[in-house]
Amino acid sequence: MVSKEDVAHIATIADIGVDESELELFTSQFNTILDYFDVLDSVPVGGDAAPLRSNVFRNDEVVPSLPHDDVLMNATDPEDGFIRAPRVI
Amino acid sequence: MGSQYSFDHPDPHNAFITICHEAEYGEGPLSGIPVAVKDNISTAGIETTCGSNILKGYIPPYDAHVITLLRSAGAAIVGKTNMDEFGMGTTTETSAFGPTLNPADTTRAPGGSSGGSAAAVASGMVHMALGTDTGGSIRCPASFCGIVGLKPTYGRVSRYGLIAYANSMEQIGPLAGNVRDCALLYSVIAGHDPRDGTSLDLPAPAPLKPEIAGKRIGVPAEFFGEGVDPTVASVVQSGIDRLEGLGAEIISCSMPSMQYALAAYYVTSMSEASSNLGRYDGVRFGMAPDFVRLWHDAYSHIRKTGFGEEVRRRILLGSFALSAGYKGKYYAKAQAARQMVRNDFARLFETVDMLAGPTMPCVALPLGETSNPLSMYLADILTVPANLAGVPALSVPCGTAHTLPVGLQLIGKHGAEDEILSAALAFEEGSA
Repeated sequence: MVSKEDVAHIATIADIGVDESELELFTSQFNTILDYFDVLDSVPVGGDAAPLRSNVFRNDEVVPSLPHDDVLMNATDPEDGFIRAPRVI
Repeated sequence: MGSQYSFDHPDPHNAFITICHEAEYGEGPLSGIPVAVKDNISTAGIETTCGSNILKGYIPPYDAHVITLLRSAGAAIVGKTNMDEFGMGTTTETSAFGPTLNPADTTRAPGGSSGGSAAAVASGMVHMALGTDTGGSIRCPASFCGIVGLKPTYGRVSRYGLIAYANSMEQIGPLAGNVRDCALLYSVIAGHDPRDGTSLDLPAPAPLKPEIAGKRIGVPAEFFGEGVDPTVASVVQSGIDRLEGLGAEIISCSMPSMQYALAAYYVTSMSEASSNLGRYDGVRFGMAPDFVRLWHDAYSHIRKTGFGEEVRRRILLGSFALSAGYKGKYYAKAQAARQMVRNDFARLFETVDMLAGPTMPCVALPLGETSNPLSMYLADILTVPANLAGVPALSVPCGTAHTLPVGLQLIGKHGAEDEILSAALAFEEGSA
């Protein structure tokens, strides 16, 4: 079971605003969905079921990229060729 | 290049988010053919929103690889189609641009998440469209709208310029009114692209011809299991009987990993979404942030107002599934289950050429009826296994149930699009 406090904590970590009124709904829906996910508890780990993965890296070579103006074209109110962001402190 | 295609259709089903009334086209196999594109595929100079408020106004500075290929093939790109927000839905109702209506019955949803692309084809506005399929998002609306849709093998079509939702599973693919058009669009977009690190380098698709006689087609009992509408099951069973009548050998089989597939899919896709959608903070693109607030506050605010409820729910659940103390219970188990699904397909494909069953367990749902998220997720049970394993799968119309279209799903081996398209063509034309 997850509590309202658990959902609020995750929302803070994920930078997703959640209203107090929504917390109850999300908490109840999460518990229903997580109950369903409990079917995975009976999945055996290791052996044949262990996922096989390998990373494939490209060479670290400089290649042409987007022109500077194109990179900024969707940013709100760029300044002196830089993207603006909310204040940090 | 240089010819202009005038696209001047009314859009009574809200299939499009953006319509390009004048579209340039050139020479090639798709010369002058109007093609609609799902709104999560980047189109240089044409607004691309993913059906979300958070990307309203976003103009991609570059084309997705598939768009470059479409333009090279002479296609006229006539607009961007409606979709569930970021592909997260089974009805196209989570779009910030309002629901799309199903042309087969306008009181019903077209399926999703590529519902706009399917409705644009089914209503006759275009002959073909691009969609994307992460857990069934091409095949579901194809089934519900009575058209053909193909999810290619993972890696067969470049994802460069596709705005990511769950990138270990999603593929761009074609929707069309018939198998030949579907195969034609597929042949244009399939191919290797070094800009997608998961792109496969395979031979070009073969010319399409109807072929089904002698094929061994497996029918897993689980595809007709609990939750499948008996009328839908009976229509699909008749379709499978027709495959047999055309000379295919039908083989009963079993896929035990189906019991884990849906949970494995949702844990994986939500986890990937929670990471992929971290980039939406309003800083580089999309809705403008409030520069005066502190950054966590500004981001939380913009992500609350910019994302719809389903997207926020999936980001939160994905963050939870990956969080300390729960990763082993959810994400790690989901990956083990995913491998079981892959192993089941590998085992079955040692003895059969393809698998068949219903695309969806039901017919198109009435608009406004899916308020319970889990019940919506459960509708994806028959489509997600192909995404988990990366194998190609298509939906082809096979009749009606409750007067609404029903799709037959054919699932092939990795890289065997030609084989399932040939079988679908034989099925559609009624000849082997």
